[in-house]
Order: sequence, then structure tokens, then C-alpha cells
Amino acid sequence: MSTTTTPTTPTDPTGAASPVRRATDRFVARLAGGPPRVGGTAPVRRTGSVVGGIVLAVFAVLPFVGVQVPWVLPGTVDVVNSAGTLQVLGLCFVFGGVALGYDLLFGYTGLLSFGQVLYFAEGAYVFDIALTQWHWALLPALALTAGVGLVLAVVLGAISLRVNGIAFAMVTLAFAQAMYYLIEDNPHGLTGGDTGLAMATARVPALLLGVGNTRDLYWLALAFLLVVYAVVWLATESVTGRVWMAIRENEARVEVLGLRSFPFKLSAVVLSSLIATGGGVVYLLLIGTVAPDAVASTTVTISVLVMVVLGGVGTRWGAVVGAIVYVYLQQYLLKVAAQPSFASLPGVLRAPLSQPEFLLGAIFILFILFAPGGIAGITGRLRHGIASRRQDAQKGGSSGARAH
Amino acid sequence: MSTFIAITISGLALGAVYFLVASGLSLIYGLMDVLNFAHGAFLTLGAYAGWEVASHLTGALGTEGQFAATIAAATAGGAFVALVTEVLLIRPLYGRPISQILVTVGLDLALVGLLLGAFGSNSRAIPAPAWLTSVTRVGAERLPNGDFVALGAGIVVLCGLTWFLRYTRYGLVIRAGVENREMVQALGIDVGRAFTLVFVIGGAAAGLAGLLYSFVFSGGLVDPTQGDQLLIFAFIVVVIGGLGSLNGSVIAAILVGLVQVYVGFYLGSHNGLAELGNVSVVLLLAVVLQARPGGLLGTPT
Repeated sequence: MSTTTTPTTPTDPTGAASPVRRATDRFVARLAGGPPRVGGTAPVRRTGSVVGGIVLAVFAVLPFVGVQVPWVLPGTVDVVNSAGTLQVLGLCFVFGGVALGYDLLFGYTGLLSFGQVLYFAEGAYVFDIALTQWHWALLPALALTAGVGLVLAVVLGAISLRVNGIAFAMVTLAFAQAMYYLIEDNPHGLTGGDTGLAMATARVPALLLGVGNTRDLYWLALAFLLVVYAVVWLATESVTGRVWMAIRENEARVEVLGLRSFPFKLSAVVLSSLIATGGGVVYLLLIGTVAPDAVASTTVTISVLVMVVLGGVGTRWGAVVGAIVYVYLQQYLLKVAAQPSFASLPGVLRAPLSQPEFLLGAIFILFILFAPGGIAGITGRLRHGIASRRQDAQKGGSSGARAH
Repeated sequence: MSTFIAITISGLALGAVYFLVASGLSLIYGLMDVLNFAHGAFLTLGAYAGWEVASHLTGALGTEGQFAATIAAATAGGAFVALVTEVLLIRPLYGRPISQILVTVGLDLALVGLLLGAFGSNSRAIPAPAWLTSVTRVGAERLPNGDFVALGAGIVVLCGLTWFLRYTRYGLVIRAGVENREMVQALGIDVGRAFTLVFVIGGAAAGLAGLLYSFVFSGGLVDPTQGDQLLIFAFIVVVIGGLGSLNGSVIAAILVGLVQVYVGFYLGSHNGLAELGNVSVVLLLAVVLQARPGGLLGTPT
């Protein structure tokens, strides 16, 4: 541990060089599978924001790009700005936001939840029920959805945080499954049971309706992702964010330093749950309908977990990249499996290849075994490799010893 | 009154199936700190192994022989897939408990996908002897035979496991490992073998449980996602009983099974809420955690 005597007062665990900060940085580096960052983070961050800005700009103007691209697009029409492709990309952004929220919980606070889908389902279903069954206007429906989401997150979060570690994972899983059963049960005909509930369009602005306006929905989803990114960035860089990381690192130590960890853990649960709720709302607008298996089943939670780990735990952009890759691949593989030429494949190949979940699960296992830092870990290692080679060159290769 | 007895027997049988799943989970967690998410896929694979064998035999061994072969296939299938999982996926990740959990999550995703690809999403019917699906008259009651088979299997496995843990050398190693793994390793005992053994035992019990669940609770049908549904209740049983406690799993399994069928029957089915029994189990979990965060027989963490 630290050998310095930096005074770490309970009220200020955020000093730039505090042991907590250094410990968390080391932890992040360890999770990412690479060596600790060297030479400060400023240059990396600058390159990061330039790359991020360019990617964002490209995504923002994509709906104007009417170029035909064969093979790689997930939509049925091979044009970049076709409604099908834009919808899939919109879905990528929705899950990018949800995965970021999950990374805040799992990657930053160290809470492994298996129940994130509960809040996603709440967002989609409560919003849908208010619009469709009760004919509410858009804004009151939104307010209700957010209110219910907040209450659920606080109450269920407080109960499940009674236990730690694996038991927390199991309890959140149980709550989410109870929600799934309630939806399946279709109380008072509200949820539509197994078949789901298509969104009534009467009270939704025309801007957000119909295949012709997929473009606007695409931008809505992109804006959602952007807002979530900003919120998660601010939250994780804040004092609270530092405490989250300290809890992940060593909860007992945080308590010994005089901070009660419970309110911090609860705040992480609530914030990430609200993000998932927002994701559910945007999902409903984008897809236009909800069904229990697509919106409320545990598979959704597992998918989000896979996205975060695939992208890189505890790195904001990694979660987003993981989600985009996951959803894109999933939709693309579904399209490939639906093609007539696919049916001519021998059964041994066709059976596994027709299931995106099989391939994604297999890819995920390979990542865990061989690249535990995910995509972010791989790029981090590459970047570090280049940086240290440069350093070696400057030093005339005298200090070639590298941590690995 | 007669319904009450039938419902109680059914709840106990459900509890027995939960125990079969939860015992493996609890032992694996207790010894290795691994929450085996792929246990659900083991359940389903066991049931499919039973289906595969039973539908190929078509009476070659007679009714009873076929039934025995079905059960043996499910148990062996579960044990085999657990063995492969432990050796290929869990073992390379020793010392990385979160990665071990994540890898079982990925495995579950992949295996369920594979089953969906191979068998489709429609259920398959597993051939069963006629007596299994009929009822026995006890006085005025008509009690399904399947319930007794599940209950009997649960009791046999419980006795077998208790004997194994208490009176064999490996049982001793496993019990000691659950208490303090580092100490056992420091004494020069190969805990790795015990890990594999626990996984195989858990997988065998899971395969058996998957088949029994199909026979007794889903009308002889098996589908690729049934294991994941069952797994969630097994998780609830494990948490209520206390992580790593075998006796806790027994009590919790019976409790959960009974609560689920009582609520489901007396409150749920009359009000058209078929899933109320399932929801009540989650409420039970919340109540137990408020009172005892470590579970009924667990030590609070």
C-alpha cells in the first residue's frame, strides 16, 4: 500500500494524490489487464476526446448518408440511412446508455447486479401503460415513469443492499424475475401478458412516429447516449464517484475512514437504475412495442453485463463500444441467419450459427479467458506498447524492462 | 382438506427439486466462491440428455429399464458437462472469482443458444412410464406418483450427500475447504481435485433435477429455457438458506416450495394471477433478508 503519509481526512478522500485515488487507478489498470498508466492521463484524455468527438460527429450526420454498402449493414436494405439500419443503430445507442449506467454500478462501485433489467422494463412498461392504457399525455407519462422508477430503485436498492457480493447479485436477480412474472401475469389486462403491448400513438408527437421519422428517433437515441455519457462522466469524476471507486476497492477501509458506505452504494444503484429507466423509455419510442422476453427477461441483464465486460469494465467508453458491438453483431447475425442461402448450410453449422446468443456467449468466454480487460484493455495495451517503445527509443533502449 | 394434502405433497416435491439444484450451487459456492450461473444450462442439458436416450430406446429395455436409463442419462449428462466446464473454463481462472462467475454467465448464454439452435424453441416430450403420470389413492386422497418420485430422489440425494460429506475422506476435505480453503491448501491437500468433484456432484444433481422437473412439474416437456427459470428459484433457496450451508438449503428448499404452491393455489389461481406464487417467493426472500441478512443458517457477511 502507500508509503506516503498524505493525510486522508474522511471528508476529503479526493485529494489528487490521495491513496484512494492512486489505489483506484491501480485497480482500474488491473481490471483493464494492462500495466498502470504512466506519465499522467492528460494526453490520453485529449486524444480520447478528439476521437470521441469525431465518432460522435460521424454518427450525427449518418442519417444524411444515402450510400449503398453491401454485406455489413444489419438492415434489410443495404443503404446506410435506411430505416432498418438507423433503427439498429438507435438500439445500439439505447443499450450503450444502459451499459454505461451498468458500468457505473459494476465497474465503478463494484456492485454486481443481476437485476438491471427491472428498471429498463419499468421504463418501457410504465411509460407504455400510461400512454396506451390510460391515454396520458407525453409529459405526465414521462413524469410518472421517472417517479415510479425512482421509488422502485430506492426501495428495492435499500433491501438488496442488506447483503453483499454474490448474495446482492442473487437478490437483484430475484426482484427482476418477480417483475417479469408480474408482467407475464397481465394484471387487469395492463401489460398485455406474453404478447406484449404496442404503444398507442395518439399522444406521441408526429415527429417521433412512423418509419419515415426513424431519423428523428435515431437522433433521440444518440442524444440519450450523449446525456447519459455526460451524467456518468460528471458522477464518476465527482467526490461521490471517488467514494464509489474506494468502496469497490476496499469497502471496510472506507467505513474505517468514517464514511458510511450505504448511502453511496444506494446512490450508485439509484443513478444507474434511472439511466436504465430512461433507456426503457427511449426503447419504447424507438421500437414502438414491448414484450416481456425482449424487455423484462434476465437475458437482457446478462446481455448488458456482457456488453460492459466485452468493452472493458470501469472504462466509460468501453461500455459504449461493447454495447454497440454487441447489439450490432446480434442484429446482423439475425439478418444473416434469416437469409435463404443460410438454409442450405449443413445442420451442424446452421444450428449454432442461427443463434446470435451462442456466438456472443462464445466470444464473451474467449474474452474472459484471453482478454479480460475487454476491448478497452486491448487498445490500452496497444497504446501502452507504442508509448513504451517510444520511451525506449528516447532512452536509447537502456531501460527496456517493462511490466506486463 | 384433501386438496390441502395434495398441495402440500406437491410443494414438498417442488422443494425436493429445488434442493437438488441448490445443494450443488451451495457446495460449489461454499468451496470455490463461484456462483455457477451455468447451473441452469446443466439442468436443461440433463433433461435433454434424458429425452435423447428415452426417445432412441423406444421400449428396447422395457418400461422400467427405459425409465432407469433416462434418469441415468440425465444424471450422467449433467455430471459430464459440469466436468468439462470445470476443467476447461473454471480451472484456468482460479484466483479470479469475478471472472469465474462471468465465464459461467457466458457459458449459460452460449449453451442455451446452442440448445435453441439444435432443438428449436418448442418443447419436447420425454417418454415416461404410465405409472409416473398417474395417481395413487391414499384413503380419499388422489396423490400424483411423480411427486413421490421427486421427493424420494431429494431424500436419497440428501442422505447420500450427508454420508459422503461426513464419512469419506473427500467429504472431509470438502467440508474443511468450505470452512477455510487456504488452511487446507497449506496442509498440502490437493483442493483442485475437490473442486472438480464438487462440480461433478453438483452437475449430476442438476441433471437429475432438470429431468424430474420436466416429468413432475411441466407435464413431461423440456424446453431450452426451463433451466434458467428454475435456477432463479434455486438462487433464492441458496440465499434464504445461507450461502454454503447444506442444511440451510434443505430447510429453505422446503419453505420455498411450500410457500410457492400454497400462495399460487390459494391466492393466485382464484384471482387469475398464475404467477403470484412465484412473486411470493421473492417477497419471502426480502423478508428473510431483512431479519437475517446471512440467510437462515448462514453467517452474516
